[in-house]
Amino acid sequence: MTPQDAAAAPEAPVAEDPIKAQNAQVLALLTRLFGEGTFTDVHEPYGLLTATTTRERIHDIIAGLQQDQELKFHFLTTMCGINYPENPGKELGMIYHLHSMTKNIRLRLKIFFPLADPVVPTLTDLYNTANWMEREAYDFFGVIFTGHPNLIRILNVEDMDYHPMRKQYPVEDGTREDKTDLFFGR
Amino acid sequence: MAVNDALAGTHKIQEEAAAQRPGQLMPILNDFSQELTTLNLGPTHPATHGIFQNILQMDGERIVSGVPTIGYIHRAFEKLAERKPFYQITTLTDRMNYCSSPINNLGWHMTVEKLLGVTVPKRAQYIRVIMMELARIADHLICNSILGVDTGAFTGFLYVFQEREKIYEIYEEVCGARLTTNMGRVGGMERDLSPAAIDKLRAWLKSFPAVMKEFENMFNRNRIFMDRVVNVGPISAEKALSYGFTGPNLRAAGVDYDVRAMNPYSSYEDFEFDIPVGTNGDTYDRFIVRNEEIWQSLRIINQALDKLPDGPYHADAPHYYLPTKPEVYKNMEALIYHFKIVMGEIDAPVGEVYHSVEGGNGELGFYLISDGGRTPYRLHFRRPCFIYYQAYPEMAVGTTLSDAIVILSSMNVIAGELDA
Repeated sequence: MTPQDAAAAPEAPVAEDPIKAQNAQVLALLTRLFGEGTFTDVHEPYGLLTATTTRERIHDIIAGLQQDQELKFHFLTTMCGINYPENPGKELGMIYHLHSMTKNIRLRLKIFFPLADPVVPTLTDLYNTANWMEREAYDFFGVIFTGHPNLIRILNVEDMDYHPMRKQYPVEDGTREDKTDLFFGR
Repeated sequence: MAVNDALAGTHKIQEEAAAQRPGQLMPILNDFSQELTTLNLGPTHPATHGIFQNILQMDGERIVSGVPTIGYIHRAFEKLAERKPFYQITTLTDRMNYCSSPINNLGWHMTVEKLLGVTVPKRAQYIRVIMMELARIADHLICNSILGVDTGAFTGFLYVFQEREKIYEIYEEVCGARLTTNMGRVGGMERDLSPAAIDKLRAWLKSFPAVMKEFENMFNRNRIFMDRVVNVGPISAEKALSYGFTGPNLRAAGVDYDVRAMNPYSSYEDFEFDIPVGTNGDTYDRFIVRNEEIWQSLRIINQALDKLPDGPYHADAPHYYLPTKPEVYKNMEALIYHFKIVMGEIDAPVGEVYHSVEGGNGELGFYLISDGGRTPYRLHFRRPCFIYYQAYPEMAVGTTLSDAIVILSSMNVIAGELDA
């Protein structure tokens, strides 16, 4: 680097973080495709664009993203349930990870809904892989997927009568006293 | 009779499913189902390599439909992880894909490091690459040699199992364990590569290619083997993507997706390697892709060992990385950190992170949500074989029972990872 270059360097525009730029593009496209206000709580933790939407729109949005010729989110990486007992009306959630392999873009979509009404549209008509993922979410969180061809438990026994990953079921047996920790309270 | 009752139930489910979505997802039973034989394949059949049950409907020797049952060794890892401090979760990851535990361990450490914002020194990254590629070779060796056993060739299995033993000896030098390795720590490796480990590694790198060559000579153009595997259980690239295939199974179908190349981690961008792809995604392609990946892994190990940089083998992250024992005995700060780490008194930052590594059989992902406590709020494992095993009935339908066994072993489904 010559001295002139070194002097000029601070004035040159700072190269934008490519991931941030890409996420901004994707977000612009998302709002163009699905309208303003569809996505709330948009942020990018550790570079992965994350947005929250509603269960009424989720099927349309993922179908649209799958068919979109620019983004081509043809790969459903994973989906999982989540339980936030202290969010009234939004106790349960589903989190979808989509991946566009052609452009190497990942996208995380979240939906939240009440524990009393855990009904979500299925994605099995879009991705074959959604079948077992949704059965897993049903098994562990009790999320009901409307239109799922075979919504039965997958890893737990069929006659189990609760959904064990919900936060109301602690890992430790509450009646045990030999494991109480007086100093750390757990 | 119980099986028949259970099947009557599955028939009903299948018929309902078929009525809703004709020709999709679930195989349809035809009208002459009265003449079909029910075959309970598994859960403890020796040829199923783990606890897999498939209730098959057979028309003579042809499979008409199959209903897999999984969950026999479900151990609730995701629930258990919600009560364990981060360093204790490593031992859970061991027990997922136990044929390549180091990849799981190190992938988990990388996830936590991403959450904490810890940068690992180059030397530790290179050691990790070496260990992960060794694990990949061990994983592929098991899968391919067992595929040979299932087609009736036991010799190749014995040849390469000796080499896997040598890989395990290298693991022992690096971390002290063989199968459930618990290798590495958050922030680096637990100890540096010892001279003994490097000697063993160099000796193995010299001796292994000849054995691998012999293994390939025995199988790759073997008439009997090819008759058993060519065009057996093919899957198209579109179907494979829709079923969430990753790893060698997806690459055998012709999609060159490899996490190591697309989203490099742990300095994979420093190494030169090729990504082998197949054409029609059948059992033979899966076999050949795995064999070729073994050669590519050897290339990576050789490069990493030659370029192994000097320097520390762990990051300077005292909040997360255990201090050495002599320090703990002599130094107050080290003692405090030791106590806090072991008791799990270190709070992680709030955040959510998805990190994936190229596991032995596909994209192994860790989705970690931290609410700022000592344990994850939620930890989800993207287990590659749980996701692609659901394509098995579709791949097995229309083939014979002996082909179905071969397809199952070529998919490299590991029971521990399937059921988590």
